[in-house]
Amino acid sequence: MALAELNAAVLLLGLTAYAVLGGADFGAGFWDLTAGGARRGARLRGMVKNAMGPVWEANHVWLIFVLVVFWTAFPRAFGPVMQTLYVPLYLAGVGIIFRGAAFALRGEAATIVEARLLGGAFALASVAVPFFLGAVVGAVASGQVPAEGAGDAWESWTGPFPLYIGVLTVGAGAYIAAVFLAGDSVRVGQEDLARAFRWRALAAALVTGVLAIAGLFVARSQARGLYDGLTSGGGVVAVVVSALAGVVALALVWREHYEPARYASAVAVAATVAGWGLAQRPDFLPGALSLDEAAAGRPTQIAILVSMGIALLILAPSLWLLFRLTLAGRLDTDFHPIAAADRRDEP
Amino acid sequence: MQALSLAVHIPLVCFGVAFPAMVLYMEGLYVRTGDPLYKVIAKRWSKVMLILFAVGAVTGTILSFELGLLWPEFMERFGEVFGMAFALEGVAFFLEAIFIAIYVYGWDRISPRAHLLTGIPVVIAGFTGSLMVIGVNGWMNDPGGFELDSDGNVTGVNPFAAFVNSNVWHEWVHMYLAGFLVAGFIVAGVYAFSWLRGHRDRFRQVAMVVPLTFACLAAPIQVVVGDWAGRTVAEEQPTKLAAFEGLEQTTRGADLRLGGIMIGDEIYGSVSIPDGLSLLAHHDPNAEVEGLNAVPADERPPVPVVRNAFQVMIGIGTGLALLAVVYLVTAVRRGRPPRSKWFYIAVVAAGPAALVALIAGWIVTEVGRQPWIVYRVMRVSEAVTGAEGIPVGYATLALVYAALAVIVLYLLRRLAHRPIELEAESAARGVDDGSG
Repeated sequence: MALAELNAAVLLLGLTAYAVLGGADFGAGFWDLTAGGARRGARLRGMVKNAMGPVWEANHVWLIFVLVVFWTAFPRAFGPVMQTLYVPLYLAGVGIIFRGAAFALRGEAATIVEARLLGGAFALASVAVPFFLGAVVGAVASGQVPAEGAGDAWESWTGPFPLYIGVLTVGAGAYIAAVFLAGDSVRVGQEDLARAFRWRALAAALVTGVLAIAGLFVARSQARGLYDGLTSGGGVVAVVVSALAGVVALALVWREHYEPARYASAVAVAATVAGWGLAQRPDFLPGALSLDEAAAGRPTQIAILVSMGIALLILAPSLWLLFRLTLAGRLDTDFHPIAAADRRDEP
Repeated sequence: MQALSLAVHIPLVCFGVAFPAMVLYMEGLYVRTGDPLYKVIAKRWSKVMLILFAVGAVTGTILSFELGLLWPEFMERFGEVFGMAFALEGVAFFLEAIFIAIYVYGWDRISPRAHLLTGIPVVIAGFTGSLMVIGVNGWMNDPGGFELDSDGNVTGVNPFAAFVNSNVWHEWVHMYLAGFLVAGFIVAGVYAFSWLRGHRDRFRQVAMVVPLTFACLAAPIQVVVGDWAGRTVAEEQPTKLAAFEGLEQTTRGADLRLGGIMIGDEIYGSVSIPDGLSLLAHHDPNAEVEGLNAVPADERPPVPVVRNAFQVMIGIGTGLALLAVVYLVTAVRRGRPPRSKWFYIAVVAAGPAALVALIAGWIVTEVGRQPWIVYRVMRVSEAVTGAEGIPVGYATLALVYAALAVIVLYLLRRLAHRPIELEAESAARGVDDGSG
C-alpha cells in the first residue's frame, strides 16, 4: 500500500536532511582533525567553530527525528536492526556524546591541555560517528539484517560493503563541509580560508567521486540486489541525478560560486539517499522484510503523516529563519582563530 | 544502562524545561526597566542554558538509541502505539534547538524586543516536549489505545487514545513543576553559596531571588499536585500505592506510616497516623486501600526500594515547601528575602535536595511499576535485549558520563568565576567585579 511508501519517504527525507546538514557538521570535524598543528590549523579551526556554532544542534535533531519516525512507522524492522547492529550503533552513540559535548564545551576551554583534549575528542568523534552510522546503513542495504531476531553482531557490519559505505559517508560529509565552509569564509571576509576550503572541497570531491564509482563495483559483488536496483528503473535516474549534481557542484566550486554549490552538493547527496530507497523498494530489510510487513498499523501511519505535515508548517518557517539569519551573518560571532593557548571571550 | 542515562538526562531536562523561563523573565525585566544588570545575568545564564541544552541533546539521543538497543522487543511490539508522542516531542525539541540557537547567538544582533520574542518558542517547546515524553511514561503505567489479539499481537492501535491516559496530566504537571524546583533551587543555591562567602552585591541578590521565587512558587503547588498524583495511582495502580506505603494487607481505614526506613519486610522508626492512608488516597478515612496481597508475589515490585524512595521524595518535598513558605511570607511582608544565615544555608542545601527528590520520585514511578514495563501487559524480562556485552557497554557509558559530568561542572564553575565586565562591558558599570 502507498501509505507505507509515504512513511518511508518521510523517513528518507529526514535521513537526507541529516546526511546533508549533520554530515556537513561531521565533515567540519574532519577538517578540524586534519587542520595540522596548533598554530597552523588555528584559523581553520576558528572558522569551523564559527560556522557550526548556531546550527549544529538543530542539525543534530534530524537524527532523533529519523529514529522516532523509524520506530513509530516501522517497528517490525526497528527491532531486528537494533538487535543486529547494536555494536556500531553503540559506538556511534558514544561518539555522539563526545562530539556534541566536546564541541559545546570547547568554547570554555582556557588552557592548552583542555583545548587539545576537547578539540581532539570533537574531531575524532566527528569522523567516527558518520563512519559507524554509514556502516549501519551499509549493513541494512546489503541485506545483513534478518526479519526475526538478531544477525551476527560483528560479521553483519564488518564486511567490505558496510565498511565501504562508512568510508563513503565520511568522505561525502567532508566534501559538503568544505563547500559550506568555503561559502561561510567568504561571508565573514576570510578570503584565505575560502581558498583553503576550496582546495579541500575539490580534493574531497575527487576522492568521493572515485569512491562512488568504485562503490558500484563493490555493490555488484557484495550487494547484488542493491546493484540491480541502482542500475534499473528509478534507481538509474537517481544515480544519474546524483552524478550530474556532483559535477555541477564541482564546477561551481571551481569557479568560486559557493552559495549555489551548497545546493548542488545537497542535491547530489539527496539523490544518493533517494537512489538507495528506490533501489531496494519494496523491501525495508532487503530479502527479509518488505515495507508493508515492517510498517505499523494504518492509524499510526496516518497519524505520523498528519502530524509531520503539521510539524512541517511549524518547523519549516523556523528552520528558514535560522538559516536565513545564519547565512545573512546575523548570528556570526566575531572571528577568532582557535589556537590552543589563547583564551577567547566571545560576546 | 537506561537507568544510568536517564539519571544523567533528567536533571538536564529540568534545566531545559524550566531554565529558559527564568532567563526570559530576567531579560523581560531588562527590557522593561532598562537596567543593564538584568541583561548581564540573562546573557550569562543563556550561555549556561546552551551548554546544558547541548549536553541534554546528546544524552537524549543516547536514550533514543538505548530504547532500541536495550528494549528491542518492547519497541517492536509497542513502538507504533506510543511512538507518536516521541515523534511530536522530537518536533518540540527541534523547535527548542532552533530558537535556543537564535536566542543565544542573537544577543545584541537583533532588536531587544525581537530577541525576547525568539526566547518564547524555547519555553513553549520545553512545555510541550515534556508533555509528550510524560505521555509515553503515563501510557506505560496505564496502557491503552490498542488491543491484543489471541496471539498477543498488537492490533487496533489508536495513537491518540494511547496518549490521553489517566496518568499523563498529573505526571506532567508534577514533572514540569519538578523542573522548576530543581533548576530554581540549584541556580539560587549557587548564588546563596556565594552570598555566604561574603559576596553580597546586587548582582548576586537579583540572580538568587529570581530563580528562588520561581522555585518557591512551584513548591507548595507541587504538594497539591502530589496529592492528586497519589490519588490517581490509588485508583489506577493500587499495587504501586501499596508499595509506596509498604502496605501488606488490603485494609479498610488504613493507617499512614510516615518516615522511617524499610528493611526487608519491616518498617523501622515510622510514625503512624490512624486512618491516614485511606484519608490521603481516597479522601475518606474509612476507604479500603488495596494491599500487596491483592496480586501474586511475582507481580509485586521490590517494596522496600519503592517505599524508601517515596518517603525521601515526600520528606524533601515537604521540606522544600516549608522553605518556600518561609521565603514567600518574608518576601511579601518585608519586601526582601530573609537575612538569616540559616536561610541561605537552607537554600544552598535545597538544590541538591531537590535533585535527590527528583531521582527518588522517578524511582518511585519506575520501580513501582515493576515487574511490568507496560503495566499488566508486558514484563520487563520479556522486553529486554539478549545481546551480549551489555556489562562492557554499561561500564564504558558510566565512565563517559562521569567524565562528562566532571568536565561540565569544571567549566561551568569557571564560567561563573569570569569577571562580569567581560560579558557586557557597557552594562557592568557600577557592578562589583565579583571576581571571587
